[in-house]
Amino acid sequence: MTLIMMRQMQDNQAGIIRTVKASGEMGRRIRDMGLVPGAEIKIRGRAPLYDPVALRVMGFTLTLRNDEADFIEVEVQ
Amino acid sequence: MSEATFALAGNPNSGKTTLFNALTGARQHVGNYPGVTVEKKEGVYVHDGRQLKLVDLPGTYSLTAYSLEEVAAREFLVNEKPAAVIDIVDAANLERNLYLTLQFMEMGVPVIVALNMMDVAAQRGITIDTMKLGQLLGVPVVATVARRGEGKTELLQVAERIVGDGVRHHPLDISYGEDIDLALMEMEQAIRGAGLLTDRYRARWVALKYMETDEQILALGRKANPELSAQLEATVQKVADHLRATLDLYPEAVIADHRYGYIRSILQQGVMGVRHDRDRLYLSDRIDKVLTNRFAGPLIMLAVIWGLYQFTFTYSEVPVAWLGSFFGWLGGLAEAFIPEGLFRSLLVSGVIDGIGGVLGFVPLIMFMFLGISFLEDSGYMARMAYMLDRVFRVFGLHGSSVMAFIVSGGIAGGCAVPGIMATRTLKSPRERLATILTVPFMNCGAKLPVFALLVAAFFASHEAMVMFGITLVSWAGALLVAKLLRSTVIPGEATPFVMELPPYRLPTFKGLLIHTWERTWHYIRKAGTVILGISIVLWALMSFPGLPESVRQQFENQRQAVLAAAPATAKAIENAGGETALEASALDLQGKLALIDAREAEMGLRYSVAGRIGTALESLSRFAGFDWRTNIALVGGFAAKEVVVSTLGTAYSLGDVDPEETGSLANKLAAAPGWRPLTALSLIVFTMFYAPCFVSVVCIAREAGSWKWAAFSVVFNTALAFTLAVVVYQLGSLLGF
Repeated sequence: MTLIMMRQMQDNQAGIIRTVKASGEMGRRIRDMGLVPGAEIKIRGRAPLYDPVALRVMGFTLTLRNDEADFIEVEVQ
Repeated sequence: MSEATFALAGNPNSGKTTLFNALTGARQHVGNYPGVTVEKKEGVYVHDGRQLKLVDLPGTYSLTAYSLEEVAAREFLVNEKPAAVIDIVDAANLERNLYLTLQFMEMGVPVIVALNMMDVAAQRGITIDTMKLGQLLGVPVVATVARRGEGKTELLQVAERIVGDGVRHHPLDISYGEDIDLALMEMEQAIRGAGLLTDRYRARWVALKYMETDEQILALGRKANPELSAQLEATVQKVADHLRATLDLYPEAVIADHRYGYIRSILQQGVMGVRHDRDRLYLSDRIDKVLTNRFAGPLIMLAVIWGLYQFTFTYSEVPVAWLGSFFGWLGGLAEAFIPEGLFRSLLVSGVIDGIGGVLGFVPLIMFMFLGISFLEDSGYMARMAYMLDRVFRVFGLHGSSVMAFIVSGGIAGGCAVPGIMATRTLKSPRERLATILTVPFMNCGAKLPVFALLVAAFFASHEAMVMFGITLVSWAGALLVAKLLRSTVIPGEATPFVMELPPYRLPTFKGLLIHTWERTWHYIRKAGTVILGISIVLWALMSFPGLPESVRQQFENQRQAVLAAAPATAKAIENAGGETALEASALDLQGKLALIDAREAEMGLRYSVAGRIGTALESLSRFAGFDWRTNIALVGGFAAKEVVVSTLGTAYSLGDVDPEETGSLANKLAAAPGWRPLTALSLIVFTMFYAPCFVSVVCIAREAGSWKWAAFSVVFNTALAFTLAVVVYQLGSLLGF
């Protein structure tokens, strides 16, 4: 049970979001898309240039940049 | 007949447009929300003598003041007070979709939930108890499958019942935790007491928006009652400080958490059952494994764009040729039946050639839009944004810029006007401005005819390849200019990229047709009005002032001299009346006469206003290989790029003498002196980069918020285009092309 930033997660690694540090519009946009504490996520893969990252949350696929993933702390096994 | 208005709302990709199309069919009207360029679609559903007006709200995930779409949706609900919001919810994606539903309910508008894509949910092993969901949410819930039109009757029955009995609804008040709840209660009382914005919004909702630091509501509040607003903001600040100190969270984050918590608590009360593992790989994911693969993905993307070209050019060839010969025939007909003079000239050179030059390309544009709609509706377009974001960021743009570039003609055939408007989804002013200023470099549907003409005339054997090359050059140019702008006139940091990758779906035929028709109609309408007017103005510029009588007499004398030199042959031509084959001597005589006529027409055009402008510019433009005719066409192209084609058509048909000759402009250009492939290439480059058409310029001014940027784009783009064209032409000439 460890806390890491979303950027550090490997492809296909799963975890539970613990905190979303982003504020303002970025924070709002992240939360609107369902990335809130308690949400289970799984990394689906990365774009051909390794950024953005695609992940699965609440049964759909979302993409965000590594720079944004840096604001999201995830608890992984 | 009573008429009630319903708003159709929902997340992007929830099937909202499909449902809207299923309900209204072809009875649609596309416009704008007042004051903004967000597209507003309206339609009517007639049933049992009742008429329901449906307004398709922009697809949004939330109701913050984050984007213009969300604000437009909010404003519509408050100002137009629809009987209810029909909220389309993706059943396969219930949790996130209900987030928007909750916000409608918090606002206090009556909501009907259309639980869409029940078939997809079932395939994924998701079962939903609609009855129970309705009970727990306190709103009517109807299961639908919009693609097949299932459930639409039930949905409208519910809607009619609401109109009939005015079904009671209760605004939803969620608990956001003790700290926020207490503050909200206090604020709500103060707001109600002072009547702050309560003529339009619920008091609690205003309080909630203050808590979320919603810019739009804060601005309205500050204007209406500065003291109270300051007091409310102080309360919010206190709560915020407390939350930061205790939980290290912002109030808006706590509010979002509680909304999702509320949704989860409902879903867990036996509303939703999931049979499979949620992370299971569905067909869509398996497709993505290939289509967004590190190595295969980009290659497939290039292949898709290439395929789109092949599709468009191969299939549109035949109807394009039909239309071309139809307008040629029409022009020939007019010339044969209307006596020579100003009116015939206006009709043939101004109207028929002008309209024909533009409408002749409608099939091409239709096929292109059909392809683009397919990519959009299937979900592939979002993958392109995903794969290209890293690249776009390098140039100081945003992954979402892809959409604006593609709409503007990134896959050739769009239009910079909606492209510039599409940048509204970009929140960052800097990336947005850079996108606005560079999308006009894309190959819009109006430039396509120009390229298609030149390619057909000079590079006919490599049509698809050259067009593909043109696309790559315009992209490279746009991106490099964006980078230049972002590091000089618009410097600054990058903004967030959070985007859904919707599941792949086979687009519905109806949806594709409606989409394609909308865009094609937009083009035709523009062609039919603006272009016709401009075509006539240009005809006037090219016809007046006419040659002085003395010069005309000189030409007439030349003709008489030629005829007098061979009276027998002249007689033979007159007798033959064009029916029988002529002898060699007669053909020779005709040729001589034609040459004189052409010279007179050319001198006439040179003598006209347009000719004088074109000639004056020739001393400069010859460095790029353009003669005065091309200059006239390019000046006309500022009005709209397709005018380049119609003007060239007018310019060359004015110089033409044979009324039977209705051959295409491409053949005329290929045979015209002074034209060679290098000239065409230089003109292609210039057309690609020079000043946007005036409609785009007006849009740039409005979207960028200043005429300064509009003027900048005209001057900068033209200077850039001219420099590039000169480089191409001079370098090519040196290399012997």
